[in-house]
Amino acid sequence: MKKRLVFANMILRSLTRRRSRMLAALMAIAIGSTVLSGMLTIYLDIPRQLGREFRSYGANLVLVPAGESGIMSMDDVEEAAEYLPPDKLVGVTPYRYESLGINRQPCTTAGVRFAQVAKTSPYWRVDGSWPERSNEIMIGSDIARFTGITPGTQARISGHTRDMKPFAVDMTVSGVVGTGGAEESVVFVELSTLEAMMGAGGQVNLVEISVEGSQRELEEMAGEIGANVPGVAPRLVKRIAGSEATVLGKLRSLVFLVTAVVMGLILICVATTMMTVVMERRREIGLKKAIGAESSAIIGEFIAEGAALGLAGGLAGAVSGFFFAQLISVNVFNRSVAFDYIAVPAALAAAVLVTVLACLPPVKKAADIEPAVVLRGE
Amino acid sequence: MNILELKDVSMTYGTVKALQHIDLTVGQGEWLAIMGPSGSGKTTMMNIVGCMDKASDGSVVLDGQELSKLPPRGLTAIRRDKIGLIFQQFHLVPYLTALENVVIAQYYHSMPDEDEALEALRSVGLGERARHLPSQLSGGEQQRVCIARALINCPKLILADEPTGNLDEANEKLVLEILHRLHGSGSTIIVVTHSPDVGSHADRVIVLEHGKIARTTTGALLHKSA
Ligand SMILES: Nc1ncnc2c1ncn2[C@@H]1O[C@H](COP(=O)(O)OP(=O)(O)OP(=O)(O)O)[C@@H](O)[C@H]1O
Ligand SMILES: [Mg+2]
Repeated sequence: MKKRLVFANMILRSLTRRRSRMLAALMAIAIGSTVLSGMLTIYLDIPRQLGREFRSYGANLVLVPAGESGIMSMDDVEEAAEYLPPDKLVGVTPYRYESLGINRQPCTTAGVRFAQVAKTSPYWRVDGSWPERSNEIMIGSDIARFTGITPGTQARISGHTRDMKPFAVDMTVSGVVGTGGAEESVVFVELSTLEAMMGAGGQVNLVEISVEGSQRELEEMAGEIGANVPGVAPRLVKRIAGSEATVLGKLRSLVFLVTAVVMGLILICVATTMMTVVMERRREIGLKKAIGAESSAIIGEFIAEGAALGLAGGLAGAVSGFFFAQLISVNVFNRSVAFDYIAVPAALAAAVLVTVLACLPPVKKAADIEPAVVLRGE
Repeated sequence: MNILELKDVSMTYGTVKALQHIDLTVGQGEWLAIMGPSGSGKTTMMNIVGCMDKASDGSVVLDGQELSKLPPRGLTAIRRDKIGLIFQQFHLVPYLTALENVVIAQYYHSMPDEDEALEALRSVGLGERARHLPSQLSGGEQQRVCIARALINCPKLILADEPTGNLDEANEKLVLEILHRLHGSGSTIIVVTHSPDVGSHADRVIVLEHGKIARTTTGALLHKSA
């Protein structure tokens, strides 16, 4: 116990009474550790950042009716939605398709919830504006071209109710949708309005869901819905979920690479500094040996100094690393980074490990110093 | 009984023959002075006797142990357990106080004991300066710290390489007083010195020249001739 106290005191004195020299090593470690913990924070946060980013590419999970009927009940859809984590759910859009006419031209009409569409399909280009009232509709750009309808004008929707009674309603076209896809030949009506026209509700043909999560998480969600809600069949939109995983993997390996390079740099930097320190302290090392220190004792002292330096530098770096990550995140992803507690002990451990590792070659050198240097007064 | 026996000891550094065929025995409790011109091999001899270097040739027996057969660890152990070293330049660990410098010698030897270390510093007249760093001590004071450190583990053999080389007369006197005290209590002392004055305190004086023992005399005779 007493011996350990003397040891600790010696290490502490060596570090604090030779401050200027140690400061250089400390700086190197702290800067390295800053980059390291910053990168680590980003590494851990990338899925979240990218997940948000990727949600702008649209739905990654759809629900289709399970049986042959081609329709599913809204009750089932709502039940299915309960299996999605609310904090990661971006939007759920039900689609109900009917064959109606617009200005006497036949057209496919979709009943949707516009507020949700904006979330699940943020890539829609809307000429005009999104509908806000129940008598406002949106039309695909193909239909706009056929019929010559422009945003802000009236259009007559006509068709037959479920009981085969004809109806015709004048609606305001608030916007024209361009997507480059099938949406361009569809007329979009608020779901509740369409249900009122048709005289029947509570049933939809398709549900688009946008939810954050890795491919595995998505598969798990789909699995649970499939197992627990018999009326609906969940399908992953593979193209999007898959490419999200690829990009994620690439970005992570990039960050990993940068981190590895930084680690290598600290290693070299600390090793060089320690090498200088050892050269400067040849006499002291020789002296300690001359008065009876074993090589192992010298090694222990230098490693302890290295570990202490690593700990101090790592601690400073772990804190500033968060701000470094914040800076990068704000500039690259335009959003703030989530603090991950794991980054602190991880950066600390890495800093200590790298510093001790960097100390090994100089320490080996220190252990080899002959005690005779003391008498020769080299 | 002899504490130290050198038989046909030689030391060569490359082509330099620092020591050539040295035969020497030192008895328990003896005070030996080694003198001689610069480059004559005095420090080389101290390094070999002090277990800090191995002779290229010959046999060195210290307190019954043949040194040339020992591995480095064994040499460290002897250095630690049997030898107290005092140097010309007052070698102290610069970032440790006088007291801490003495304590680490105990620490490497066995168990640190601050009271004992403080007592050792008092015995060399440094009780008041125990908490000072080497940079805050004069040369004479630093040398006395080195002596306190050399003595702390009660070594059988005290080796001093020009212990007074960098000291003024007053400090030289202090150091010699301490050595006399140690000698009086039965320690064996080997001192390297250029000063006939310091050499004259020894029981026996050997003079090295070109790595060989050129003359042997006694301190008293040396004093007369000086
Ligand atoms: N490590 C070494 N490598 C090569 N030559 C050495 C080494 N150490 C000592 N020598 C040589 O050995 C000889 C004896 O040196 P030593 O240091 O023993 O002399 P010294 O008697 O202590 O001299 P001084 O009074 O100047 O201290 C010298 O010629 C010196 O140059
Ligand atoms: Mg010398």
